[in-house]
Amino acid sequence: MKQVIFEIESNEALTREVYRMVLSGDTSAITAPGQFVEIALPGKFLRRPISVNDRSENSLTLIYKVVGSGTEQMANLPAGTKLDLLTGLGNGYDTSRSGETPVLVGGGVGVPPLYGLCKALLAEGKKPSVVLGFNKESEIFLKEAFEALGVPTYIATADGSCGTKGFVTDVLKNMDYSYFYSCGPMPMFRAMEAVVTTSGQYSFEERMGCGFGACMGCSIQTKSGAKRVCKDGPVFRREEVFY
Amino acid sequence: MNTKVTLCGIELDNPVIPASGTFGYGYEFAELYDINELGTFSFKGTTKEPRFGNPTPRIAECPGGMINAVGLQNPGVEAVINQELPKLKKCFHKPVMANVSGFSLEDYAYTCLKLDAEEQVGWLEVNISCPNVHGGGMSFGTTPKAAAEVTGVVKNVTKKPVIIKLSPNVTDIVSIAKACEDAGADGISLINTMLGMRIDLRRRKPVIANTMGGFSGPAIFPVALRMVYQVSKAVKVPVIGMGGVSSAEDVIEMMLAGATAVEIGAANLVNPYASRDIVRSLPAAMEKYGIENLTDIIGGAH
Repeated sequence: MKQVIFEIESNEALTREVYRMVLSGDTSAITAPGQFVEIALPGKFLRRPISVNDRSENSLTLIYKVVGSGTEQMANLPAGTKLDLLTGLGNGYDTSRSGETPVLVGGGVGVPPLYGLCKALLAEGKKPSVVLGFNKESEIFLKEAFEALGVPTYIATADGSCGTKGFVTDVLKNMDYSYFYSCGPMPMFRAMEAVVTTSGQYSFEERMGCGFGACMGCSIQTKSGAKRVCKDGPVFRREEVFY
Repeated sequence: MNTKVTLCGIELDNPVIPASGTFGYGYEFAELYDINELGTFSFKGTTKEPRFGNPTPRIAECPGGMINAVGLQNPGVEAVINQELPKLKKCFHKPVMANVSGFSLEDYAYTCLKLDAEEQVGWLEVNISCPNVHGGGMSFGTTPKAAAEVTGVVKNVTKKPVIIKLSPNVTDIVSIAKACEDAGADGISLINTMLGMRIDLRRRKPVIANTMGGFSGPAIFPVALRMVYQVSKAVKVPVIGMGGVSSAEDVIEMMLAGATAVEIGAANLVNPYASRDIVRSLPAAMEKYGIENLTDIIGGAH
């Protein structure tokens, strides 16, 4: 973990509710895809935890959905704004378990961290494919970004307005893969448990207090006892959580 | 410039103490800085049995603070003694404050007896004020009689100083503090969080799964300060002041109100370096207000 002042380079809407913020600053504390940052916002007491979408040495990309007054405030921040971030939080995905042909499964605002993961897997010479689930076509984001990486990208929409009509599981059940990585809402994980054929890793979302393991605000029950989503997670192996 | 204070017979390098529940068992923060800079810290509230605590969401944002409803999640006293304290020993070389909670007088006695035997423990801070657990904690802190009973039971099983941590969610905190003192308490700490709640406008439901939780942060500082002032005027034992303390100036204000030492809570969750920063900025603040010995200002506003 490292406390760093970043500067907003750009902050733009990708869909009606989802925004992409690119920041410049020291990203050295971020060591794995799937980690997150905590952003201090003027007038708010608690920091806001947001997953890392992509990063380079001096650049950080966050994709976030407006779900409350904090993220609403973020969406209105102009380029040039300086922000106080805690970076390199959480464990992130473990790419060493992926096998040759992992599948990345994202639901809604759970999609962003899978992009950084996909790039990491490609850099390791793996052949990932991607399944993204959204409610409807107008809510789709990052599809082109994954396609630009040259990975097979499948879309499921609940209303059938794009790709397969239904959920990510309707795509996943017809696929072969060596391992899975996922991020999305709990109901999606539960549905996936009925169709996945390999081991895998789920990244969890939870309301957090501190984001670095001090307050026990975001605990979940696992096979080996209580774990903190912020510090022991947010990524947990399938076998740890569903048992 | 002298920042030393003496709390129940044990000297502290400075009066700054991260509060229970905001500092874990210390080593998350020891990864970030040398926690020996602190006066001491009060470790995560520990109970006889392991507890998972309440369902999530447990946390809500508030103007000037936050609500938590963690519900005393902890690994239980055996694991604290066998796993957490040995880990802490490697990074913290001062007496630590052991925070204890329970659901019955027997629970309190059992956990305090176990921790009394631990050399690393300097003080027992007995929490009779957790607002997040039904049937326990706070029910002992809401009447002078029950508070005195817990104090007496704990005093019987320990030789270490016993500090009773009080709830602000009562009609007369002074009478409860005096009952604890009469029952043998060596110190009083206050305030625990104030009962509060938030409602999610989109879902039209409480934000916190447990509906209500404990409100903390800078917004409660004036209430905490007022209660520290009232209690410290009424008792002879030392008082630890807490509630929204976020700066060296807040520490000085709490001490002027009557606190011998000061705990830092919610501030640690927003800035992991908050307690260390307060320690480091104390000398400059003392100089600004013409304070040579911090201990001289305790109760200075009485």
